[in-house]
Amino acid sequence: MCVPVAHPQSIEQLTALLRDEPKTVLLAGGTDLMVALNHGSQRIGPDELVVSLKEVPELSIIEVDHVQRLLRIGAGVNWDELLGAPVDTLAPCLTQAARTVGSHQIRTAGTIGGNIATASPAGDGVCALVALGAVAVLTSPEGQRRVAVEDVATGPKRSVLANDEFIESIEMPIVDGWQGYSKIGTRNAMVISVAGVAVVLSADSNSCRIALGSVGPTVMLADNASTFAGDSIDWTNKEISADSLERISELVRQVASPIDDHRSTATYRSHSVGVLARRLIERGLQEMRNSI
Amino acid sequence: MTNIHDERHFELTVNGERRQVVDGYPGESLLTVLRDRLGLTGAKGACEEGECGSCSVLLDGNLVCSCLVLAASATQSSVVTIEGLGGSTDVQTAFVECGAIQCGFCTPGLIMAATNLLERSTEPQTDEIREALAGNLCRCTGYGRIVEAVQTVVVQRSQGAS
Amino acid sequence: MSDLGIRESSLTGGLGQSPLRPDGIAKSEGAYEFSSDLSADNMLIGKTLRSPHQHARIVSIDTAPALAITGVHRIITADDVPGKPTYGLISSDQPVFAADVVRYIGEPIAAVVADDEDICARAIEAIEVVYEVLPALADARLAKDPNTPSIHPDGNVIREQNVVTGDLSVVGDVIVEDHYSIGMQDQAFLGLESALAIPDEDRAGVECHVATQWLHEDLGQVAACLDLPTSAVRLVLGGVGGAFGGREDLSLQVHVCLLALATGRPVKMHYSRSESFLGHVHRHPAEIWMRHHATSEGILVKIEAEFVFDGGAYASTSSAVLVNAVTHAQGPYRCENAEVKGIAVRTNNLPCGAMRGFGVVQACFAHERQMDLLAQACGLDPLEIRRRNAMSTGDRLITGQVVESVAPVSEIIEGLSRMPFPEGAGAVEQHPYEMPGGAGNTTRPGDVVRGIGYGLSIKNLMYSEAFDDYSTARCQLRDGIVTLKFATAEVGQGFITIAPQIARSTLGLEEVELDAIDTNVGSAGSTSASRQTWMSGGAVEAACLRVRELVYQHVATTQGTDPLVYAIDGAELVNTSTGDRRPMTEVVVGLEFDEEVEYRHRPTVPLDENGQGDCHTAFAFVGHRAVVDVDIELGLVRVVEMSTVQDVGRALNPLSVTGQIEGGIAQGLGLALMEEIIQRDGRIMNPSFTDYLIPTIADMPPVVAELIEIPDPQAPMGAKGVGEPPTISSTPAVISAVQDAMNTAYGSAPHLRRVPLQPSDVAKTVNAGLGD
Repeated sequence: MCVPVAHPQSIEQLTALLRDEPKTVLLAGGTDLMVALNHGSQRIGPDELVVSLKEVPELSIIEVDHVQRLLRIGAGVNWDELLGAPVDTLAPCLTQAARTVGSHQIRTAGTIGGNIATASPAGDGVCALVALGAVAVLTSPEGQRRVAVEDVATGPKRSVLANDEFIESIEMPIVDGWQGYSKIGTRNAMVISVAGVAVVLSADSNSCRIALGSVGPTVMLADNASTFAGDSIDWTNKEISADSLERISELVRQVASPIDDHRSTATYRSHSVGVLARRLIERGLQEMRNSI
Repeated sequence: MTNIHDERHFELTVNGERRQVVDGYPGESLLTVLRDRLGLTGAKGACEEGECGSCSVLLDGNLVCSCLVLAASATQSSVVTIEGLGGSTDVQTAFVECGAIQCGFCTPGLIMAATNLLERSTEPQTDEIREALAGNLCRCTGYGRIVEAVQTVVVQRSQGAS
Repeated sequence: MSDLGIRESSLTGGLGQSPLRPDGIAKSEGAYEFSSDLSADNMLIGKTLRSPHQHARIVSIDTAPALAITGVHRIITADDVPGKPTYGLISSDQPVFAADVVRYIGEPIAAVVADDEDICARAIEAIEVVYEVLPALADARLAKDPNTPSIHPDGNVIREQNVVTGDLSVVGDVIVEDHYSIGMQDQAFLGLESALAIPDEDRAGVECHVATQWLHEDLGQVAACLDLPTSAVRLVLGGVGGAFGGREDLSLQVHVCLLALATGRPVKMHYSRSESFLGHVHRHPAEIWMRHHATSEGILVKIEAEFVFDGGAYASTSSAVLVNAVTHAQGPYRCENAEVKGIAVRTNNLPCGAMRGFGVVQACFAHERQMDLLAQACGLDPLEIRRRNAMSTGDRLITGQVVESVAPVSEIIEGLSRMPFPEGAGAVEQHPYEMPGGAGNTTRPGDVVRGIGYGLSIKNLMYSEAFDDYSTARCQLRDGIVTLKFATAEVGQGFITIAPQIARSTLGLEEVELDAIDTNVGSAGSTSASRQTWMSGGAVEAACLRVRELVYQHVATTQGTDPLVYAIDGAELVNTSTGDRRPMTEVVVGLEFDEEVEYRHRPTVPLDENGQGDCHTAFAFVGHRAVVDVDIELGLVRVVEMSTVQDVGRALNPLSVTGQIEGGIAQGLGLALMEEIIQRDGRIMNPSFTDYLIPTIADMPPVVAELIEIPDPQAPMGAKGVGEPPTISSTPAVISAVQDAMNTAYGSAPHLRRVPLQPSDVAKTVNAGLGD
């Protein structure tokens, strides 16, 4: 019995493997793959090669492009690394999302790229990235393409990623303004999101992006609510009327299409994303006012 | 160049020693290898999905759930298990003395987590301790004595240092 | 924690002190061997095939494709059980392997033994079973309906038990009633089921190392199924990773022994977490109706109640759970008139049985919610209504039994009323854990309303209804060293810590060793029902007292004195007539004694058809206060603090008592806020620690505990069991506190009547956006 694990040392080696090997299984943090292997719901076949992404240096970068005001994060960066500088100041909602993920053990293993690739509607990092307007850079032997993070997943556990394709990095704008992430779980730590909301208030463009998690087959951008919020916020004074906030809640609830399952009910999920969106916008505007 | 381990067996560095792993099967976790192949049963399995923390070990100094580490992917890493702490560390002693141990199944994982926390942070406050240990479930103690054990070590170390 | 204090003693490690656990260092170093850590040379692995159907006829089982897999040694089914085909704690109604009918999803059908885990898994998949699916009985309320077909030869009703007393025509000035329900809780011990069976060379017997709560009960059941004399089966306690009731029934014991005997090789079986949810009994889900009658001053005059317990497919301890519920329906309150009806039934759901506080947890949730309703209806403070009705020693229960145990209910209430309150809600945003929603970062101080709630309970200790409840201990004295032998299952609770303490204090000798815990001594009974400190503690004390008596006689003989003049004080023998003192270590030089004692508690009787009779042995009491912060709009709860006043008789080891209190409260909090096995058509929807949530360190608040130490005259050393009470009334206390916050926020909110509480139960009452 063999135990085949490849440790490519560069993007070139990784793409070469994906081109040359008939069947590969990509291993990033292991927090999803290993669960499937441990429970026997997935097995490594005799003709399959496990490709560890850990030693590919390009996947662990955190780069700041001041000219383009872009933050570029390698797909292999783990949650723990997202808690600190420079992400905590340049993309604080991603840091907040990282802090809600699992435990310290999970945060030192799980990666941001894995969170996108696993295509769960409950992905905390994905929700923050969608609100940030992040783009995933997908690489394969055929080349690179860039896909908005909200478009990577096409359904639960389904994505646009081809068999020989991997997420190399995620790029997101550095937004001047305020951003935050909240998630609901039925205990105070170590819990999968029952509902998650990320809000980014951009003082650069006087616009708002609201992303919702666990209320549909994929993490989604609440378009109408985002546009309405952008239009109804008094950006000069950083204020919004109570009526507008209520309308935002309503628009968020309308776009949510959650299900009933053993973790929660559709009704509660819709309700709570409405509340969280409202709270985050209120919280953001207040903090922006305080910092003037 | 790409390093492909396709041997029938592979080597791991555990508690400072190179150890041969034979008869592994594809997809085997580090936890399984430690327990079933190397006879190191200090790390415990209670969920096999990273939710309980009983299998916590240090991988290159980072606290991980060994059930979520593909054993064959860790050939270049250094693994430290509860057996590798040497015994009678201040953290271990505090757990015993503070009543932080009942059935003790969660204990090795918690001691690894607490040991790791105190390497990262010398004087953690209560909530920082709780956040660092939130991935380690205990069903017996209600956690009160566990928090106290960690706080005891913090005080002892600060007194020892002054 | 309050200061539980260490009392003075000239003896190190005696009663009232908190010596360290004898297994603590090994556990802290990962060297302690849990049953799952065991292995043997030449060992094979066993695995169970389980039913995918709730209710089905087994048409055929074809093991040939599985046997053809290389590395598979044997496959056994019901046909391979040589002895009794069934087992069970109270009635033997559960098949070792389903023979013709499966009655729940997860019921064992066959077991495979193979070279390794992977081969086992493939063999299990390869066994071909043809089923004819039958209609399932999933609703406990339908089980008794005459139109409902029986799902078991013994019928659908496991037991009906009513408690009827007094004048049923009494009607209160104030009447409150409601329906309550309790979800199915899992013991969720961390150390999964596992055992190692080693056959004798001639295969005439087997040794089984297993994590269990009651070695001798397992022994009797296992030997009967194996068709072996009990002398041919030896059970050894493997390290137990928690129990909480979930190891009282057999799980894999018979299977693993059969596989070992069939192959002539050591066999190990161990469950995964998902299999564990199928492999042991759970806390009974219950539907409860209660109506309380009181005077306008809030004095209880009558209680009416109905309980329906879903026992699942097999009886397990359902009848004992039912009796506990109906006999504790009044709670720790006086009431002369009662009409309580109870039934426990079979369904095609998961079997249910023992879990910490069995039966009383369910009853307590209902009666404490009722006491809150009554307080409201009478315009009284929740503590005041409880104070006015508090039971005391000498009161007669609704079963007619007089409470002879110390019953310090009023003292508990006074203690709770004196407890200071923690600081106000959300003064500072220090850390996400300081807010409801915790790590989720949902909530700010302005979103939070504080609530305070109380719960009180009474819990019977030991076994009831004429059960011959005893424990055995042996005390050997040799070379100045005391060796204790007992079969008491150490499951984490710390009996191995207090047993030597008892010996030290009784004999004045500090060196105490513990022999292996196995069946080479008489039964200790189960580590359940808060009984081991009393029962096995009583047995150890009695054995040590016998040895002490022999020491006194020896000294008296050599000194020409009366043995009655001697006493132990600390580590010294005292001649009370002369005042002479000698260290016990000197006195026992050259002495060898070996005494074994069976300790029994006083007899009890079965309940009659009206639920009358002295069915319980003794009682313990406890009260809890929960302080919670509730994010009303989202329905998220943070428990800020749990306070408790507990009647412990005497704290033999204060640190262990603290551990039982804090750990028990965590399980009660879990039931209140998150823990439930969710079944859909008999299938568990959340059989993992990702979805069956138990409290993390982020969910558990500080516990403030005050102990009431009034030694109970009936109890050995005055000590009452302390394991179950912390779990029981902590649950309603938390719910009551959430209710209080809801009432504060919205004037009047719907009565909370189900656990575990869902965020939507709190949020839906107040949000226009939510329908009911």
